[in-house]
Amino acid sequence: MKVNTKGALGFGALLATSALLLAGCAGGGDDEGSSGGGDASAKLTVWVDANRVDALKDVAAAFEEEKGIEVELVQRDFTKIQADFAAQVPTGKGPDITVGAHDWLGGFVQDGLVAPIELGDKAAEFQEVAIQAFTNDGNVYGLPYATENLALMRNVDLAPEAPTTFDDMIAKGTAAGVQYPFVVGLDPANADPYHLYPFETSFGNSVFAQNADGSYDGSQLTIGDESGLAFASWLGQQGAAGTINLNLTQDLSKEAFNSGQTPFILTGPWNVADAEAKGINVAIDPIPSAGGQTAKPFVGVQGFYLNAKSDNALAANEFLVNYLATEPVQTALYEAGDRPPALTAAYEKAASDPIIAGFGAVGAEGAPMPSIPEMGAVWEFWGVAEVAILKGEDPAATWTKMAEDIQGNIGG
Amino acid sequence: MTLPPVETDLPTERRDPATDKRHRRAERYAEAASAGWKVWLVKTAALAIIDAAAVYATMVLAASDQWVIAGIVALVTVAVNVVYLTPGLLPAKYLTPGLIFLLVFQIFVIGYTVYIAFTNYGSGHNSSKDDAVNALLLQSQSRLEDSATYPITVVEQNGVFSLLVTDPETGDAEVGNSEAPLEPVDAEFSGGKAIAAEGYNTLQFAQVIANQKEIGAIAVPVSDDPNDGYLRTTDGSSAYLFTSSLQWDPDADTMTDSRTGVVYRDIGTGAFTADDGTELLPGWVVTVGVDNFVRAFTEESIRGPFIAVAIWTFVFAFLSVATTFVLGLFLAIVFNDPRMKSRKYYRVIMILPYAFPAFLSALVWAGLFNQDFGFINQVLLGGASIPWLQDPLLAKIAILIVNLWLGFPYMFLVTTGALQSIPDDVTEAGRVDGASVWQIFRYIKFPLLLVSVAPLLISSFAFNFNNFNLIYMLTGGGPRFADASINAGATDILISMVYKVAFVGQLRDFGLASAFSIIIFVLVGVISYISFRQTKALEELN
Repeated sequence: MKVNTKGALGFGALLATSALLLAGCAGGGDDEGSSGGGDASAKLTVWVDANRVDALKDVAAAFEEEKGIEVELVQRDFTKIQADFAAQVPTGKGPDITVGAHDWLGGFVQDGLVAPIELGDKAAEFQEVAIQAFTNDGNVYGLPYATENLALMRNVDLAPEAPTTFDDMIAKGTAAGVQYPFVVGLDPANADPYHLYPFETSFGNSVFAQNADGSYDGSQLTIGDESGLAFASWLGQQGAAGTINLNLTQDLSKEAFNSGQTPFILTGPWNVADAEAKGINVAIDPIPSAGGQTAKPFVGVQGFYLNAKSDNALAANEFLVNYLATEPVQTALYEAGDRPPALTAAYEKAASDPIIAGFGAVGAEGAPMPSIPEMGAVWEFWGVAEVAILKGEDPAATWTKMAEDIQGNIGG
Repeated sequence: MTLPPVETDLPTERRDPATDKRHRRAERYAEAASAGWKVWLVKTAALAIIDAAAVYATMVLAASDQWVIAGIVALVTVAVNVVYLTPGLLPAKYLTPGLIFLLVFQIFVIGYTVYIAFTNYGSGHNSSKDDAVNALLLQSQSRLEDSATYPITVVEQNGVFSLLVTDPETGDAEVGNSEAPLEPVDAEFSGGKAIAAEGYNTLQFAQVIANQKEIGAIAVPVSDDPNDGYLRTTDGSSAYLFTSSLQWDPDADTMTDSRTGVVYRDIGTGAFTADDGTELLPGWVVTVGVDNFVRAFTEESIRGPFIAVAIWTFVFAFLSVATTFVLGLFLAIVFNDPRMKSRKYYRVIMILPYAFPAFLSALVWAGLFNQDFGFINQVLLGGASIPWLQDPLLAKIAILIVNLWLGFPYMFLVTTGALQSIPDDVTEAGRVDGASVWQIFRYIKFPLLLVSVAPLLISSFAFNFNNFNLIYMLTGGGPRFADASINAGATDILISMVYKVAFVGQLRDFGLASAFSIIIFVLVGVISYISFRQTKALEELN
């Protein structure tokens, strides 16, 4: 029997279209959860990254049991959360709460995406730097759960004692007789201002002036002052001496440390587990000073933001302030992420681990990474200038031009 | 030209025409009777699925006030039903699904991009004015320094919600809402907190949550002076004393900063602006006409990098096509020579770069080009320290090298095909006439080859013009222009620059990026049009 191929084709297309329509509707139906507030069975939607989903399952269940409000944990790729949140909130979609880094705050506030939360008396239970990081113009915009910062990771077998200054570290590293005296992961095209910043602060330099409450004043750029120039000339010397090498990327520097080719690496808590797995005997030390003052790294704080257009603001606040700001939850989050908790009680518990205590002690000295929108302009020029200096351009001229460019960009 | 008779598997016995016709008619009837009801069933089921889905979608959309889209869905559904239920209309039956996809995935996207290009959509301008006002008011309220926490209970009377407040200093109960300032009330206490008041119903947490929008909006003035602040609750169990620094006057359409007295007005630029030009952000999306295009061509800090990037885009696309074509053609000629032994195996090896995903290749090459640890400097150049990806010129050369490696197999394939399709007797004739090998290639083979390959060269040019993956993965567009106000670098092509302007960093400018996209579209369109016109001339060779 002949098959009516023409008809079959047409219907195939028709079926495909109907399937697509169905899929489209199914996709469209998902958004109801976040916009259909107002009924008694309200539902909180929370975006979390893969590492923290399991840590929040218990507290979500507890909230549902005690308050009768379902908490839906949606797993998202952390690298995409910032852009997705910024894209979805204005359209009335997006989650009630999302996990995020504090340095997104400036942009979020400028775009009107996040609502302040009122911690009340709980604010005092957090590390000061964590609350500072989430403060913008006097309001707290997120519930911090962890801090992260750089510190000096030392291979105890190669260097038994912590170095006192940068030069001392290079001397100790050279004495160890391995390939590199000291490594820090950089990027050949953009250096890495974040990783070099502790040395910059050891000359007394900062990017912006800080207000009394620890927030940054975007109108006062301090990066180009005398102390900045001192750092620039020091950086030029290191580039010439080869102690700071642009082409040692994150991967290569990590590899060098994990294979015992260097006693010192400037890095964060994210690389500790791999080093220990490779059998390296690790200790965490304060970052040695290059310019005589304390080397203070940027502190990054992770937290949870509240959507400014959430229909479930009260429930979300309740969940944030009275559930996520508790010691067991913060401890669970710490165990999932290996970063010092932001809640003091949880931190004290976690600090029994010398690694966490080491990072925490360095972080307590540090200042939060500026989250003001002006910072965007800084990143763009900062790394490029550091690359030029490390390659042997005139440090003072390059640094001054960078400061002028940043100022022009902020003003413009 | 006569075609050879087509062989059929039907028995080829001769019948007289009348019997033949009867047979055919009978076959048709049988087919209509057997297949007809099946076809009809499938058709009805498919249409039913579509209609059910569409009705559901329309209802959902209407419920969320998306009337325009709901209308479009309804219209399209009606059109689909008409097309598939009316007999005949065969072309439409085939074209409809494709047309729907075309509308959704092409026409709409292009139209929307054009619309965005004429707005200020981007960081700080991403939503409606109402949203901006709400966000500003939210951000401008701050808790009064060192004020106490007020334990509260949400109560309701005649459908109006109020806050039952326990004064933290005196322990007295007071009640109030947005309309009525606090006044003392008789209440019953539990653990020092007023939990119920005469004449009011106390709300349970679930009821609070069910009405959280209204309750969250309650602002109870603590006195007649607005500067003393107001009580608001953020969680339904405690309230704090807030003051707001911005006053919104909907009638006058102004925001007033109560601390400085500055009045911010809506002057049509998409943000509340003071007389001295300072803007309150967030703003909202407004159409700005051709502003974005004007900026692209007049603002010095954008125009400089834009022109440099545009020139490099042309150079990159042209050189990529030229180098890959030359190498591919050379190899194709070499492997086309019958004297070459084991050509099959060489050809397989030649195709390999084409078989690797370009993403991966670009990343691997980026590692190979590392200045101090890359394979190229370390092994091939004996430990030289050449800044392949850090120097603007070298980075461009590196990109061309990688693109040559990625692209020549494709050219090798298409030119091999084209060469093999050129009949041998043409070259025979040339040889008989005493032409040299070069002349045969230059005047006979090459023009014939171009007839079939020229359109592919044009499409290859268009592809490389927008070869985002390679640039993004290999250099990320770097090294950056130090003096540009937009994030662009020496190896950026237009498309990667657009991506950076729109999606990278904290200052996103979707409007400007869309304007750039339209400019790119026009450029590629014009070039392709002119080139295809040119290839018509080649066709006359045949």
